[in-house]
Amino acid sequence: MSNSSSRLYLHRLLAAAAFAFCFFIVFFARAETALLNVSYDPTRELYKAINQKFAAEWKRQTGETIALKASHGGSGGQARAVIDGLKADVVTLALAPDIDAIATQTGKIKADWQKRLPNNSSPYLSTIVLLVRKGNPKAIKDWDDLVKPGVAVVTPNPKTSGGARWNYLAAWGFAQKKFSGDEGKTTDFIKALFKNAPVLDTGARGSTLTFAQRGIGDVLIAWENEAFLAFEEFGADKFEIVFPSQSILAEPPVAVVDANVDANGTRKQAEAYLDYLYTPEAQKIIAKNYYRPIHTEAVDPEDLKRFPKIPLLEIDRDFGGWNAAHAKHFVNGGTFDQIYTPAK
Amino acid sequence: MVESTIFREPMKRDRDVADERPLVRRLLIALTVGLMAIFFFTPVALVFVEAFRKGAPAFLNALGDPDTQSAIRLTLLVAAIAVPINALFGVAAAWAAARFQFPGKSILITLIDLPFSVSPVVAGLSYVVLFGSRGYFGPWFAAHGIPVVFALPGIALATTFVTFPFVARELIPLMQQQGVDDEEAALTLGASPWRMFFTVTLPNIKWGLLYGILLCNARAMGEFGAVAAVSGRIRGETNTLPLHVEVLYGGFDLAGAFAVASILAGLALVTLIVKTILEWRHADELAISRRR
Repeated sequence: MSNSSSRLYLHRLLAAAAFAFCFFIVFFARAETALLNVSYDPTRELYKAINQKFAAEWKRQTGETIALKASHGGSGGQARAVIDGLKADVVTLALAPDIDAIATQTGKIKADWQKRLPNNSSPYLSTIVLLVRKGNPKAIKDWDDLVKPGVAVVTPNPKTSGGARWNYLAAWGFAQKKFSGDEGKTTDFIKALFKNAPVLDTGARGSTLTFAQRGIGDVLIAWENEAFLAFEEFGADKFEIVFPSQSILAEPPVAVVDANVDANGTRKQAEAYLDYLYTPEAQKIIAKNYYRPIHTEAVDPEDLKRFPKIPLLEIDRDFGGWNAAHAKHFVNGGTFDQIYTPAK
Repeated sequence: MVESTIFREPMKRDRDVADERPLVRRLLIALTVGLMAIFFFTPVALVFVEAFRKGAPAFLNALGDPDTQSAIRLTLLVAAIAVPINALFGVAAAWAAARFQFPGKSILITLIDLPFSVSPVVAGLSYVVLFGSRGYFGPWFAAHGIPVVFALPGIALATTFVTFPFVARELIPLMQQQGVDDEEAALTLGASPWRMFFTVTLPNIKWGLLYGILLCNARAMGEFGAVAAVSGRIRGETNTLPLHVEVLYGGFDLAGAFAVASILAGLALVTLIVKTILEWRHADELAISRRR
């Protein structure tokens, strides 16, 4: 090979390296105030809407441009990532134990976090409903119908998904009432239910896609908001929502990650962001995105009509709080491990 | 005469082996082509069909989305970091393996292959364990304000690990076969070691190097598992193209997911074409074709 061609080669190599370096600089030079919200799976659409409004509102109030970043995934996995160092300014997860895990394992969130914001730090509520195919071919009306032979149930895995734990407890609460507190019969009921579950996805959104997009299963146990969203995305002519005779009051909590906001200098913005969720304006967006608002003054009455009043169990009143429920059902060797054997 | 029988015997047997009935031959060819069509061509074609299902404007719209743009930028940036590192490392490793004898050499060559045999997710998770905020080195980096996991360095690190072997695996057999004659001649004629490297060694291996870089780059841009473990999936910040496909799919945005997937598929096709050209034009300077 001639000398000049290898020189040319070297020059190209150097040019590529310079190119890469410029990229690097550009990437890091974008300094602006940013908030990272680490959230669970079904809230993608909700926070997309909220973030837009909050950024505009913050700009109006303070003149500061704020970039809102979002990360979504199974609630447990997201908590794990924050524990391992994901720099979340705020966490908005599916259930309190996931935020507790960050607080106890890292101390990055102060232990009293749940008392810092109104309503146990839950700016919106939801419940668990049943989504069936149009015409309800398997005639599913209530939780009992899920244990019948030949009914295929889709629900995520309670080990990884926050939504799935609410699903599990809602079914458990129903069975407990049906069998007047008989623990053995309740366990058998849940066992039969999971025997009908052919796949357990890792997150709520995965289960929705399994049921709605891939067409697997007769019934999806889902967040109420997720069921309505499936309607919106796939067309109302494909599914029906069945509200069971009773369900559970799901309280997805939010918290500022103290250590991270102090390190990032974003405490003021992070706290304002969470406070904003309680404002009439945000509550209106919350209802529009199919979550049950806690303040209804500004909410569109049409949106409110979508949420029927059904008896709802409460985690503190009926299950002795999350710590007790977690220790009984979801720890390794808990009731879920005892009843669940993967379908063969 | 004895010699010619020896030669003819295996020749005859070779012909026997390839002497199936035309029907069998056609069936086998049809089977191969059919399987290729089902398992390879259809999925790739489907990506492009789905990407354009809602028309070109929707396609362009999906690609113009700020989060998608950021995913493209990040993926290019990560490749721009990982590929040069692995190219340098690959040349150095091949040099060491082909030119010197030292104890533990075969272990070294085996270790280079490690990223091929370790599941990428495991690789990614072990970086989280090492550099996570409760990991072995994580606290030190955190204390010095250097983010590793859930940021660009972690993603680049995981990608570099996974694409480690491509250049080295291509160059080691090539340089071993080429031997040291040219280089010794250059040194005898008074060239400095660096001059020898740039005017003799590099030109000798350049097509092999390019081939390795090409495969390395394709994998660097397409890696999912290892990156997923260290990314944190912050939209517009730590989402690479493959992760962004999953994010869009999960957001019920099928058209968007396939639009982004079509960039990756397009990249794969370009890689395949350049790879084929290299194999065709410079077959004698590639280790892969020499091994045959």
